[in-house]
Amino acid sequence: MNTAASPRIGLFWFASPQTFFPLAGKMVPLFSLLAAGLLLVGLYIAFLVAPTDATQGESYRIIFIHVPAAWMSMFLYLVMAFWAAVGLVFNTRLSSMMATAIAPTGALMTFLALWTGAFWGRPTWGAYWVWDARLTSELILLFLYLGFIALQAAIDDPRRADKAGAVLALVGVVNVPIIYFSVQWWNTLHQGASVSITRAPSMATTMLWGMLVMALAFWMYSIAVVLHRLRSIILERERRTEWVRELLREGRIK
Amino acid sequence: MLEVVELTCERGERSLFSGLNFTAPGGTLLRIAGPNGTGKTSLLRILCGLLEPVSGEVRWHGRNVRKLREDYWKDLVYVGHMNGVKDDLTVRENLRVNAEVAGRPASPERLADALDRVGLTGFEDRMARFLSQGQRRRIALARLYVSETAPLWILDEPFTALDVKGVAELSALIGQHVHNGNTVALVTHQEVPIDAPRRQRVEFAGGGSGATSSIEEEATC
Amino acid sequence: MLRVLLQVIRRDLLLAVRQKADVLNTLFFFVVVVTMVPLGIGPEPNLLRAIAPGVVWVAALLAAILSLARLFANDYADGTLEQMLLSSEPLTLIVLGKAAAHWLVTGLPLTVMSIVFGVVFDLGLQETGVLVVSLLLGTPVLSLIGAVGAALTLGLRGGGVLTSLLVLPLYIPVLIFGSGAVGAAASGVAYAAYLLLLGAFLLFASVLTPWAVALALRISVE
Repeated sequence: MNTAASPRIGLFWFASPQTFFPLAGKMVPLFSLLAAGLLLVGLYIAFLVAPTDATQGESYRIIFIHVPAAWMSMFLYLVMAFWAAVGLVFNTRLSSMMATAIAPTGALMTFLALWTGAFWGRPTWGAYWVWDARLTSELILLFLYLGFIALQAAIDDPRRADKAGAVLALVGVVNVPIIYFSVQWWNTLHQGASVSITRAPSMATTMLWGMLVMALAFWMYSIAVVLHRLRSIILERERRTEWVRELLREGRIK
Repeated sequence: MLEVVELTCERGERSLFSGLNFTAPGGTLLRIAGPNGTGKTSLLRILCGLLEPVSGEVRWHGRNVRKLREDYWKDLVYVGHMNGVKDDLTVRENLRVNAEVAGRPASPERLADALDRVGLTGFEDRMARFLSQGQRRRIALARLYVSETAPLWILDEPFTALDVKGVAELSALIGQHVHNGNTVALVTHQEVPIDAPRRQRVEFAGGGSGATSSIEEEATC
Repeated sequence: MLRVLLQVIRRDLLLAVRQKADVLNTLFFFVVVVTMVPLGIGPEPNLLRAIAPGVVWVAALLAAILSLARLFANDYADGTLEQMLLSSEPLTLIVLGKAAAHWLVTGLPLTVMSIVFGVVFDLGLQETGVLVVSLLLGTPVLSLIGAVGAALTLGLRGGGVLTSLLVLPLYIPVLIFGSGAVGAAASGVAYAAYLLLLGAFLLFASVLTPWAVALALRISVE
């Protein structure tokens, strides 16, 4: 397996898929619970506590899903790129598997941000899609995620897929600020007043709290789902090893 | 000196060999033999530094070749399955640019001499697309004559598509190179007798049971 | 060191000259896309003048993507690529040579061709000049970034579409500032900043992408 020599054993011991598998298994229910709890609190604030907005009425409430989803989509991309880079530099399989596990959830968050953005746009601006700077950036981010997933899916050899994905993710990470900046510029220069359906109404404190709680909920959800997906990836990639065969033989995946 | 330490290789889902060890000091002819698909080419590619092994190291003069990189490759000539020949370049152009890109630019005289030694005189200005398989193979092999002083040659089925005369000439060249104190690693399914001061054999058994290494003979020349 | 760079460019140029089909394909595609747009939209001169920068730039982008498959595929197939990986010269230089040759064969002809399009879309002298300069600075960046995509997808099935997906998000900043420069010139607004930014992209890409491409090639050839 991939345990390194003794001097670094502290950190690298957890880099073994075999060690991490049961640990992840214990973490999944914990984070799921946290996610559910925070989601309830967040939705409560979003729908029952936060005041009606003066200009946008009730439809603005979608912001409580849209903004946290957008935050998570960007945050997850950074985390994914980080783990992919670690896997590339230190040659640890588990780090690369982590990056692969994160990608679909990141893509989902991006998609959620786009979808809720569309539903916000309709009552506010009369159109489902507006070439708003943030929405356009989210769309491009979605393509970055899909590219990563597609590339890894197209490569049969797992190690090549890991490394190629890492290179792509790193190139993407370097480009994300450039892309964001370019799209901002593009948006403001082509329209007089900046078309921004995602400019939040002036924030009452409750609104801010609502978004933060929802963001936290999404974060916990992401961790739970990613760890769960990671366990599946570990089982598949390590299926020829003794410890996985043992688990499957005994019928217990704990 | 080429050294292989605890080398393990997996391709796709299969383990090809594990724990392979051997040393090949200067003057060794290293022959790698075994049935098709058992991992011979993978071993060669690991020796070249193109492929990363699952574990273990290949060392050149004591240092890991994956770390040496260009410093290793300046000592290496690799002739693989593919010839590295462009159809739309002439024979001479192919040889010249291959030498340049490899970092071993050669004078026109040297190139002409190499082409002569592989029997391609008179074909220098012919487009490679009009050549036979055997002739294209010779363009690839001409690189060995251009880089005669490179201490390490790694050859994958070099005798393919050569006629009897070509085989004899190449084996003489390899023998000469080894006698000069250099190392040649060779995969070939043809049991061509090559005279060498020290012979090492890596035998791939079929069926995924890996490879074993043995010294055939230490002989004085 | 410079020598190997020039030799790589020389080889690829020689091959391009002898295999004319590739160069002509790219150029033809570019011309077709640009000429189809007025046919699809209508001959209104003001409208065409307004959309010209975007159309020319998008066409250049698509033509660049189309030509990426060729960048390493042939070398991979005939064994030339693995020899490049075993060179005692730095792979980053060889890669830079490949990208430069690619640009000379695709981007540069497009840039020259765009002069004609300036006329066709009735762009005016200054705007056409800015269009040409923007393409001159931007198309090399397309070659360099495209090389990363081509290197990552070497030998994979679904190569062309996959490469496009990988490379398009990265092309977007170049597109925005490239066509933005011409748009600014057309509006009578200062365009120098756009061109300087494109120049910065070019420098940035020339220095960083060869590392990424070299790494990607080694990964793909394993």
